[in-house]
Amino acid sequence: MAMSGMRGLSVFISDIRNCQNKEQERLRVDKELGNIRNRFKNEKVGYIVTSCMLNENHDFLRLIINCVRNDIIGRNETFQCLALTMVGNIGGREFAESLAPDVQKLLISSSCRPLVRKKAALCLLRLYRKNPDVVNVDGWSDRMTQLLDERDLGVLTAVMSLLVALVSKNYDAYWGCLPKCVRILERLSRNQDIPQDYMYYGIPSPWLQVKTMRALQYFPTIEDPNIRRSLFEVLQRILMGTDIVKNVNKNNASHAVLFEALALVMHLDAEKEMMSQCVALLGKFIAVREPNIRYLGLENMTRMLMVIDVQDIIKKHQAQIITSLKDPDISIRRRALDLLYGMCDVTNAKDIVEELLQYLSTADFAMCEELALKAAILAEKFAPDLSWYVDVILQLIDKAGDFVSDDIWYRVVQFVTNNDDLQPYAAVKAREYLDKPALHETMVKVSAYILGEYSHLLARRPGCSPKEIFSVLHEKLPTVSISTIAILLSTYAKILMHTQPPDPELQDHIWAIFNKYESCIDAEIQQRAVEYFTLSKKGVALMDILAEMPKFPERQSALIKKAEDTEIDTAEQSAIKLRAQQQQHTSNALVVTDQRPANRSLPVKVPSINNNAEANTADRGLTEVNGTLSRVDPQSATPSADLLSDLLGPLAIEGPPSAAAPDDQNLISGLEGVSNSSDALALAPLEEQSNSVQPIGNIAERFRALCLKDSGVLYEDPYIQIGVKAEWQAHHGRLVLFLGNKNTSPLVSVQALILPPSHLKMELSLVPETIPPRAQVQCPLEVVNLRPSRDVAVLDFSYKFGTIMVNVKLRLPAVLNKFLQPISVAAEEFFPQWRSLSGPPLKLQEVVRGVKPLSLPEMANLFNSFQLMVTPGLDPNPNNLVASTTFYSESTRAMLCLIRVETDPSDRTQLRMTVASGDPLLTFELKEFIKEQLVSIPTPSPMPALAPPQVQPTIPATGATDPGAILAGLL
Amino acid sequence: MIRFILLQNRQGKTRLAKYYVPLEESEKHKVEYEVHRLVVNRDPKFTNFVEFRTHKIIYRRYAGLFFSMCVDITDNELAYLECIHLFVEILDHFFSNVCELDLVFNFHKVYLILDEFILAGELQETSKKAIIERMGELEKQE
Repeated sequence: MAMSGMRGLSVFISDIRNCQNKEQERLRVDKELGNIRNRFKNEKVGYIVTSCMLNENHDFLRLIINCVRNDIIGRNETFQCLALTMVGNIGGREFAESLAPDVQKLLISSSCRPLVRKKAALCLLRLYRKNPDVVNVDGWSDRMTQLLDERDLGVLTAVMSLLVALVSKNYDAYWGCLPKCVRILERLSRNQDIPQDYMYYGIPSPWLQVKTMRALQYFPTIEDPNIRRSLFEVLQRILMGTDIVKNVNKNNASHAVLFEALALVMHLDAEKEMMSQCVALLGKFIAVREPNIRYLGLENMTRMLMVIDVQDIIKKHQAQIITSLKDPDISIRRRALDLLYGMCDVTNAKDIVEELLQYLSTADFAMCEELALKAAILAEKFAPDLSWYVDVILQLIDKAGDFVSDDIWYRVVQFVTNNDDLQPYAAVKAREYLDKPALHETMVKVSAYILGEYSHLLARRPGCSPKEIFSVLHEKLPTVSISTIAILLSTYAKILMHTQPPDPELQDHIWAIFNKYESCIDAEIQQRAVEYFTLSKKGVALMDILAEMPKFPERQSALIKKAEDTEIDTAEQSAIKLRAQQQQHTSNALVVTDQRPANRSLPVKVPSINNNAEANTADRGLTEVNGTLSRVDPQSATPSADLLSDLLGPLAIEGPPSAAAPDDQNLISGLEGVSNSSDALALAPLEEQSNSVQPIGNIAERFRALCLKDSGVLYEDPYIQIGVKAEWQAHHGRLVLFLGNKNTSPLVSVQALILPPSHLKMELSLVPETIPPRAQVQCPLEVVNLRPSRDVAVLDFSYKFGTIMVNVKLRLPAVLNKFLQPISVAAEEFFPQWRSLSGPPLKLQEVVRGVKPLSLPEMANLFNSFQLMVTPGLDPNPNNLVASTTFYSESTRAMLCLIRVETDPSDRTQLRMTVASGDPLLTFELKEFIKEQLVSIPTPSPMPALAPPQVQPTIPATGATDPGAILAGLL
Repeated sequence: MIRFILLQNRQGKTRLAKYYVPLEESEKHKVEYEVHRLVVNRDPKFTNFVEFRTHKIIYRRYAGLFFSMCVDITDNELAYLECIHLFVEILDHFFSNVCELDLVFNFHKVYLILDEFILAGELQETSKKAIIERMGELEKQE
């Protein structure tokens, strides 16, 4: 093959050689160029050259958009293909804007060959990635659903890639595609009518299987039980049926499918059994020899940690994972490090961090920085006690000083400054390190800082007199850089200040040094030297000016932020990350499923506090704070809110809240059964206004999510996170409140009061008055439901942080639907029951208007989510919906409830609802409850809770009869 | 999504480079150099995956040639690894026993095959038969 392509060339070369003179040679070359031109004289060459030579930012491309468009809409298939390929590979934003509709037309055209359509699908994908607005969701989602019926697997593969991109940004518009995807997956996994060309080593297109499962991971859940069941059957078969075989390619292909299936199972929150199957598989994989599989086992275990609570099982593999940390392949070592980092908690932090420290001495350069950062973060997050944390960081600096970023030592200084108990310990340690030979410069910095501040606490120990400390530090000065000298100068000034009565010899020595540096070439050093020299002559005034550094304001750890910020650049946002983010908003199961009683950790995803910028500047300020006085002290530069709240605090606390508090209670207990559902929506804002502490996330939104789930975050602000985990059984409930202190200093005067409505008996166990730094305490709360009611219990929670007093009133998710248990009732039972409960007050009917327009399946999902089990097909009219459930309370015991909803297909905003049960109060409450869920609630704006509390008194007057209207009015 | 595909020999000569993300010429050279350095010294017993900046290189060695694909870190590694193998099988079929020289002298055909196989950084067609038939069509057109 190669030789035949070369004949022309050898002829050409011999011709050239035979040329007599330059002129002949030139003619021959021209002729050859002509030949070449003739051979490629069509548009094809134009396109090939364009796509090879130019990238999407080239100006030339803007000029040819019209030509390209003509080829796309033209009839010539060859040109269509060329144009689509070029746009698909290098098309930019401008192409997206002008070509998307034409490409869409080609994709759905019935007259084009599959060849053109699959190119159109991927070309559209490119354009969509460049500018998502070019695909208009309205019409297109139905088209996508139809496209998934495609028989040609090439087109289907391309369409599936397009779908992944579409659903990754907006799954809501593409629910219709979900059943189709499951069907495709079933077809592939059962090998039903798959053409031979699409079999790859006996596996029906592994790529299409992988893509399809990827698309499914972007849908938050699958509600339809039938679809869910079919999907789980497929996944079960993949999990069980994948064996290790000899053929490498077959093995890879089948495991590609298996790993994607694992990811999908994790995403779907499968039953416990299936989950443990997954963990077992991964446990097997991380122990195999085959490097690729081991790598993927480690990687997927890390991902698994992000979504579900499997730490305990994974811990069993700790030893195996540590072995992989020492693997010769850096790819595997990295994965092992990530996994160890992810699986670390209070129970194993010591082991893991020590393992990392040990490994640090032998690790290669490529990994050291990451290792150091991760060890520092783990030590900070899970320190069983803070002295251990200080030990770890100092060891880290000692062993790998070059890889310890400034952030790490700033952070340790911050901890030490904020914790009085820690200061003598840190000073002793710093002093010990100074005796070591060959000290890393970072160690000099951190020891100098700490000893400058706290060495006076050690004054009585041997070797710790001001003079001795000074001389051991001063020994290091000749070898360090300018930035360290600056810190040393500040330390000298501090030592001088602490030496009382003054030691004239030391004083002279230090003054001489200041004198010397007054003429330093570096302005910063010069300034410090001049200022310290002058100040130190002022005697007593020096004491004030150089007094101990005040506590740092709490802020997000710059380290954790740094670790989180490592950007990942992916075409589609990772499904797992999206999910983790959603969890953070709604449940954060990771936080609250942790059951260890003495858990001092706070495995909280660190919230994004919006003053990052300030935090950064403040951090940077640290190098200077110790000294130069002309500079703005970071303390005063940090949000003045603290100061303000200090000054204004008493006013705010004694003012509006106390006046408003009775209102709240009236609303809760007074207006029983009428408008309480709306109560606490407006409760939180009172506090937000009076305290300068802003909650993170939307309180109302969090409550709403918790009404449907049993664990999640109830409240969060920069200082505390309150999580809830609940278990319900019949009319009993057990809620556990997880109070997590996010700071490095304690929260004090913690108080939690429960304001229960009359139908709930609630008992809260003792809440400690102080929550230690970075600790989490658990407070169980027992609930008994006495009778049906929609009233809501409120938690009145307050704490003090520094001078800030925070008080919030939070609704607790012990709502009516928690005492429901879905029950399926067959037709032969249902109808007699329905008829026996005849008319009010046991059976109530109401026409509800202003319902949020939902399709029947959506409404069925909504009902199911509130434990009202919809039985399809029970009602002969397809527009009706019948549901049944059991309600538990002390007065009613287990009581069957039946619900029928008749919808009007021509007007989805109204419906007729009939509710029946054996208890009149229950019937009424349940009817109202369902109505509240159905009436149109506008999607909450970012801070809907900020409704001014003053509007409350007017509510009962305006719409006491219609809770829906009240709700709508409030939001 | 595939960011780029490189075919390089052991000496680091790039035989084919296809970029699905816009990079400047100088950046391309840097990438090619770095990727070669990254994969060439890895032990055959190591994984076929290696982190590269914020992405991942999936590579496989065939005789003296390294086929490297740069993909997102969230992508399915094994699926792309087999994608490389499928590409090699197609080349092998098309050139009947492909060797480095075929790729050098018929580079334009290799690009054509690649364009039928991958588009916009995503797999377009996974049927060997469909691609070989399409190449037949294209050759007839010339």
